[in-house]
Amino acid sequence: MILEVNDLTVSFATDGGVVRAVTGVSFGLAAGEILAIVGESGSGKSVTAQTLIGLTRAPNTTISGSVRFDGAELTSLDDDGLRGVRGERIAMIFQDPMTSLNPVYRVGDQMIEMIRAHRDVSKREARERAVDLLRSVGIPNPERRVHDYPHEFSGGMRQRVMIAMALSLDPDVLIADEPTTALDVTVQAQILRLLDQLNRERGLAVVLITHDLGVVAEIADRVAVMYAGQIVEEATLDELFYDPLHPYTWGLLGSLARLDRPNPERLAQILGQPPSLLNPPTGCRFAPRCPHEFDKCAEPPPLDRDRCWLDLDEKRRLREVDGRIGLRKPVAP
Amino acid sequence: MIAVLFAISVVVFLIFNVIPNSDPAQRIAGKNANPALIARVTADLGLDQPLPVQYLTMMRKILTGQLTSYASSQNVTEQIWKGLPATLSLCIGAAVLWMTLAVIFGYLSAVHSGKFTDRALTILSLTGISMPVFWLAAILLYYLSFKAQLFPTSSYVPFTKDPVDWAYHLILPWITLAVLFVGFYSRVLRSNMLDVMNEDYVRTARAKGIGERQVRLRHVLRNSMIPIVTLFGLDFGAVVGGGAILTETVFNLNGVGLYAGQAIGSLDLPPLMGVTMFGAFFIVLFNTIVDVLYAFLDPRIRLGEAAPA
Amino acid sequence: MKGDTLLEVTDLVKHFPIKSGILIDREVGRVRAVDGVSLTLAEGETLGLVGESGCGKSTLCRAILQLTAPTSGSVRFDGEELVGRNRRQLRPIRRQMQMIFQDPYASLNPRKRVSQIIGEPMELHGLSGGRDTNARVRDLLDRVGLPPEHADRFPHEFSGGQRQRIGIARALALRPKLIIADEPVSALDVSVQAQIVNLLKDLQDEFGLSYLFVAHDLGVVRHVSDRVAVMYLGKIVESARAAALYQQPLHPYSTALLSAVPIPDPKLNASRERLILEGDPPSPIDPPPGCHFHTRCPWMTDECRTDEPELRELAQAHVAACHHPRNLVEQT
Repeated sequence: MILEVNDLTVSFATDGGVVRAVTGVSFGLAAGEILAIVGESGSGKSVTAQTLIGLTRAPNTTISGSVRFDGAELTSLDDDGLRGVRGERIAMIFQDPMTSLNPVYRVGDQMIEMIRAHRDVSKREARERAVDLLRSVGIPNPERRVHDYPHEFSGGMRQRVMIAMALSLDPDVLIADEPTTALDVTVQAQILRLLDQLNRERGLAVVLITHDLGVVAEIADRVAVMYAGQIVEEATLDELFYDPLHPYTWGLLGSLARLDRPNPERLAQILGQPPSLLNPPTGCRFAPRCPHEFDKCAEPPPLDRDRCWLDLDEKRRLREVDGRIGLRKPVAP
Repeated sequence: MIAVLFAISVVVFLIFNVIPNSDPAQRIAGKNANPALIARVTADLGLDQPLPVQYLTMMRKILTGQLTSYASSQNVTEQIWKGLPATLSLCIGAAVLWMTLAVIFGYLSAVHSGKFTDRALTILSLTGISMPVFWLAAILLYYLSFKAQLFPTSSYVPFTKDPVDWAYHLILPWITLAVLFVGFYSRVLRSNMLDVMNEDYVRTARAKGIGERQVRLRHVLRNSMIPIVTLFGLDFGAVVGGGAILTETVFNLNGVGLYAGQAIGSLDLPPLMGVTMFGAFFIVLFNTIVDVLYAFLDPRIRLGEAAPA
Repeated sequence: MKGDTLLEVTDLVKHFPIKSGILIDREVGRVRAVDGVSLTLAEGETLGLVGESGCGKSTLCRAILQLTAPTSGSVRFDGEELVGRNRRQLRPIRRQMQMIFQDPYASLNPRKRVSQIIGEPMELHGLSGGRDTNARVRDLLDRVGLPPEHADRFPHEFSGGQRQRIGIARALALRPKLIIADEPVSALDVSVQAQIVNLLKDLQDEFGLSYLFVAHDLGVVRHVSDRVAVMYLGKIVESARAAALYQQPLHPYSTALLSAVPIPDPKLNASRERLILEGDPPSPIDPPPGCHFHTRCPWMTDECRTDEPELRELAQAHVAACHHPRNLVEQT
């Protein structure tokens, strides 16, 4: 494991109260593996990702728990210490390539800035490296394009630029926060293929944040499902899709409008809404929406592959709904 | 630009002709003039012509540099030209002062937002914005010049005569003119910076492992300055174009503003017209410069329409 | 009557001129957003429209509704020609065509209460007034699954999915015949998408609505649509019954689109034959000559570079514009 997260908890003090965005999240990332963190909005996946390299630090933020990387405890590093990790060992790319690059600087200059922040090289050397990086992510005419501004690139190309920039110091880990959500489907396929290639050829470990189970199926090795600030299931790729053990996962899988098989007349939905993070439920956080809720659920279940009190056999039985995996509709009282 | 200047000149001309007691012939002719004398002066000055003709005549004179004041028979263009060094010294110096201070205050306010530094600077800024220029000028003059004898009270000393003395005489006027703008600009910069700090590209910059100060200067400050520069262009144009009247008057600096002030006092149309046109020209010129400058600062504007999505 | 043609669009064109110049603007180019689109929609039917950014689908929606004046072409709604009519003439027809927008956070006026948002259109068109409006608003809220007591709240007090329901209620308020839904679920979470999709289908059954359903999520489009049309660079390149398009895509671009969608089944996903397009879609300002898609098509030939293919019926109720269609099964 090169990255080990233990009991990470992040809370924001706001006007309305304390928002418990992330509660007790623990996971590990092995060298050269792609870990996908899946969840819907409000699940805490982005906050988790950003907290790994300290981007959520602010006066109103409380962070506890541990993030160990290569023997160092990242949560206790000050800004200077983190600078040595950010970009250099752990790089990050974000969702919207349109707004994630500074519009007033040329792309090459932004890449050079990053390279020279960590290495003692001349501008010219840095620019050569930038051109090489752009070429390696498939941008045609990199010698010319390195002088262009971000808005002169299309969305997919901009994301490639972000990836190139993230790779400039040969990091061990890449955190990708919804990297393809804002892109068209054909461009998404290109970017995912690129990430997969980088993972295989360079042994680059990736933490991939997404809400799209299709994206997960495409490139992930392992998956963690987040709900209401907690990890509710952690599994290998095959385990998640073929042997999911948490009702929320069943609900997610069941509500997809699939292309590979016929869909029911009415798409299965998960009733209700995610709980407010101002005052999350004390027991299982999914219980209010779970048709299989029973009395034990008032106690918070621990995470062991999944966070649910149901028996293993019961789970395997209950998740079969109309011949496929899904969440049964609750029976009317 | 030409259309704007034309419109301004027409408006000023019409206003002047509508103000009561503004008949120059009457004043030139003197207090005890009889109607015949007034009529003769009127004809002399061409004031009996229909308004459009008067207007055209005046504009012709302005453009050929022959406009003469009713009151003092001085050539307006010459007077404006004489007043320029003082006005420009005052405005440019004040501008340098206000921009430097505004950037420092705004930056510190934004970076230490919510803390003591920010609150103190905010109070300072708001005070500065609230102080009327002429009042501040008078106070400074009274306490620092008259009473404490720290600064000279008399007027403008040309740069060519004695640079040190030139600056010495201009310090108080610079401060006076700058105070208002420092307050305003530092608030605007603070607000822009706070917005920019939440932008995605600032988060990217941090994730790249760049030092915090670099992030603040190269990304936050740089991008926050763009609207400031455009505001500055407009304000500077307005200040040179006549906004410095009060400051020049109180400190007795022989600039264009002072000249305009005197003309207003004696309801003398030609100098007013001349100064107004001068002011309008300057403002429009600076507007244009700012537009061009904006293209330099924000490449999205420069390079035209968006790239293919 | 169900089955009758409700909307008939013929050769619709919308070009945006690009002007440049110092004193006088000259036209230096055009954005060919919609470049000759023809389609039909029957009563009670759902036509799905898929395409990626820049293909012109949003402009097409607005041109059909005359929210932007088409450059040329015809839009017949219920037999009446819409293009060229002025605002007053369009008003009564506008009642019958409504739109649902993509962004539930931007498409509702934050300063108006829900009751106003839904009720005003009714009052404007004289469909109801005063207390009657209130009753109808509550009824609509109930129909879209929102508590009627919330009629006095403001949009920001609702979640994304709920706001989208409010948008749907607003569109329904005038009892339209046609609803154009421009990416109605794209901005929502997956579990919420299912709710909204189900709601739209229920409402269609209840009110006999016709939908023009624009989306980029191919799975959702297949689920809701009777027929599907694929747009590329301002033109329709393929159109067929939903099942037929997904099983037997004829146009290379349709094949590529379907191929690009990752399937939430790892083994199946890995074993598929994938066609991944290189490069970016070309700009609608300067579309390639001949077949617009030829620059990215793996099966391109010389003919494709020069001759623009016409939409032809290549299989039962299935049209495509391609010189070398794929997956053509020999018809006996």
